[in-house]
Amino acid sequence: MSDTDVAATPPIGGMDHHISVDPAAGTEPRAAADGGPDMVQLITPEGQRVPHAEYDEIIGSLSHDDLRGLYRDLVLIRRVDQEATALQRQGELGLWASLLGQEAAQIGCGRAMRTQDHAFPGYREHGIAWTRGVDPMRLIAMYRGVDKGAWDPAEFGFHPYTIVIGNQSLLGTGYAMGIQRDGAVGTGDDERDAAVIACMGDGATAQGDNNEAFVFAGVYNSPVVFFCQNNQWAISEPNARQTRAPIYKRADGFGFPGIRVDGNDVLAVYAVTTAMLDRARSGEGPSLIEAYTYRMAAHTTSDDPTKYRVSAEVEVWKLRDPIARYKRWLASEGIGDAEFFDAVEAEAEELGAHVRQATLDMADPDVGDIFDQVYVEPHRQVEDDKATFTAYNDSFETEGAQA
Amino acid sequence: MSATKTTIAKALNAGLRKAMEDNPKVILQGEDIGKLGGVFRITEHLQKDFGEDRVIDTPLAESGIMGTGIGLALRGYRPVVEIQFDGFVYPAFDQIVSQLSKLHSRSRGAIKVPVVVRIPMGGGIGAVEHHSESNEAYFAHTLGLKVVFCSNPEDAYWMIQQAIECDDPVIFYEPKRRYHEKGEVDFDAPEAPRDLFSAHTVREGTDLTLVAWGPMVKVCLDAAAVAAEEGRSLEVIDLRSVSPIDIDAITQSVEKTGRLVVAQEAPSFVSVGSEIAAMVTERCFYSLESPVIRVAGWNTPYPASKLEEHYLPDLDRVLDGVDRALAH
Repeated sequence: MSDTDVAATPPIGGMDHHISVDPAAGTEPRAAADGGPDMVQLITPEGQRVPHAEYDEIIGSLSHDDLRGLYRDLVLIRRVDQEATALQRQGELGLWASLLGQEAAQIGCGRAMRTQDHAFPGYREHGIAWTRGVDPMRLIAMYRGVDKGAWDPAEFGFHPYTIVIGNQSLLGTGYAMGIQRDGAVGTGDDERDAAVIACMGDGATAQGDNNEAFVFAGVYNSPVVFFCQNNQWAISEPNARQTRAPIYKRADGFGFPGIRVDGNDVLAVYAVTTAMLDRARSGEGPSLIEAYTYRMAAHTTSDDPTKYRVSAEVEVWKLRDPIARYKRWLASEGIGDAEFFDAVEAEAEELGAHVRQATLDMADPDVGDIFDQVYVEPHRQVEDDKATFTAYNDSFETEGAQA
Repeated sequence: MSATKTTIAKALNAGLRKAMEDNPKVILQGEDIGKLGGVFRITEHLQKDFGEDRVIDTPLAESGIMGTGIGLALRGYRPVVEIQFDGFVYPAFDQIVSQLSKLHSRSRGAIKVPVVVRIPMGGGIGAVEHHSESNEAYFAHTLGLKVVFCSNPEDAYWMIQQAIECDDPVIFYEPKRRYHEKGEVDFDAPEAPRDLFSAHTVREGTDLTLVAWGPMVKVCLDAAAVAAEEGRSLEVIDLRSVSPIDIDAITQSVEKTGRLVVAQEAPSFVSVGSEIAAMVTERCFYSLESPVIRVAGWNTPYPASKLEEHYLPDLDRVLDGVDRALAH
């Protein structure tokens, strides 16, 4: 992209003619807007397939099994999320960050990845985790307080959940710089060439780390796709408190493409992410995807959204539900029939029951976890504290034995 | 033994070069470290010899340098990142504290982040603000990190290589006002003379123990030489690592001398010196003949450079601390 391309962006009227006005922002509240004309959408909320010159080929390459698989993913991860929310309400989890409403964004993104790709999630990416083969119980263990999200990222191509907003974009960019140094980009070998998905939310776009990640990835042309789920709310703060320009347009300033996609349309997210990952793997560099979606639930189970947003807005987004529209399309095309949908429903119920039981059965961690693995090689002061703690702890057993 | 006289700066350069020759996964990144060789020339000629993929000139963004450095480590590299000056590390502080220090433990050992963060530290060079700080306490307070100081060319050469070989993240402090001081280094020695995290008794004595690290080691050695002329025998310990702290080396010395003065450039308030005072008091209370004395930077922000000679503990202030300890 040249400077001329950026300068050629037509100015928009008013005093702030340098500001890109969000084409999604109409007269209605911005958080209820529909994404505007720039947004890539392949299935409407009513379940109608919209042809798209650029992305139809990608969707065309999916088999009916693949298409049914996406539906199954969407339904199962929603069921996991529902069960986890219930478990938190019953005191079994300390916290849960619900992905309700964002299933299509995450499943579409995750299924576009190849085995050798690597994702760097925030803490709500249960759908991407699912597509990478991370057992949902690993996520639940973190929210139950059993561990801190202790899976091996190399096993899944999925970094541990990152809670400090924006940190993971830089880790992902550095990882992508490593891919470049491994000669695993632009070789044309589908098994070798790799790329990174670096996740963020709309709130995270305000963080310095994300902007630094954009700079580094742009300067080094690194194979990283920044995947922003714009779910309209950063806890209680709407988009307008995080960004003045539309998020996808920021990419212009960093010198790489930015695309807004309907985040509630699993096919559109799959297609756009596939295209951007292919681009990254082939050596064409970074890109920014803004998946335009909505956080249907509270920020986390500790949050009360009735304090800051109106239910009318939520009602608007209910009509854009990612699963309902995809089911309608699958049914209308004859790709999914009643038997299939029922079978997925039954599988979801089984999964929900499993999640519940496995949570209740989950063992508490060993107290040694406090001290072990703080360092790879021993650290004197940690060893001393472990010895002190052990002696202290053992003293109660001795007292008990004497009594 | 074929010892060569060299400076800390050149020894660091040689150590980095050796590490890069030994392991192709070792890469350097930072601001101006390529063609320029760093503002202190520590990485001079390395980009020419190892290429731009291994000696990376980065955008001017410390959190970016740190965060992408961690990302490179996650991909199997051993990055050595340079923070240009002590006072510029704070934009990277979040990545260091939130990610670098915690990834190994939060993943229950699945992840290793063998990143070395090189920081030229300390005052005494007449610099403008933010170029003279001793901020080791912030990092020593963050478990998950290891924090070391080199104080002489031999340690500079070996410690940088040991830090790079270490599978834990290491904050590696370099005493910038000592960069051009000379000492003997045996570049052909088969192995490092001492462990990365052990203290080194650099002068033996019987009347009082002086503990210091980084730039203050030389001040303490000079003070001990002056004290010797006055008939006082001071033992000087170069602590080398402030996390972990080789506490046995200190307590063994204090059990012998009965007195301890800790000298540091950092303010004394909530500092490494304070921690040592507490540890020694807990461990060898009955061996102590006097309170532990801290000779330190004053408890203020680092002053304008025309005042730094009044701020930095010098030979006379160390000897004053020694006098106060011996007065008991």
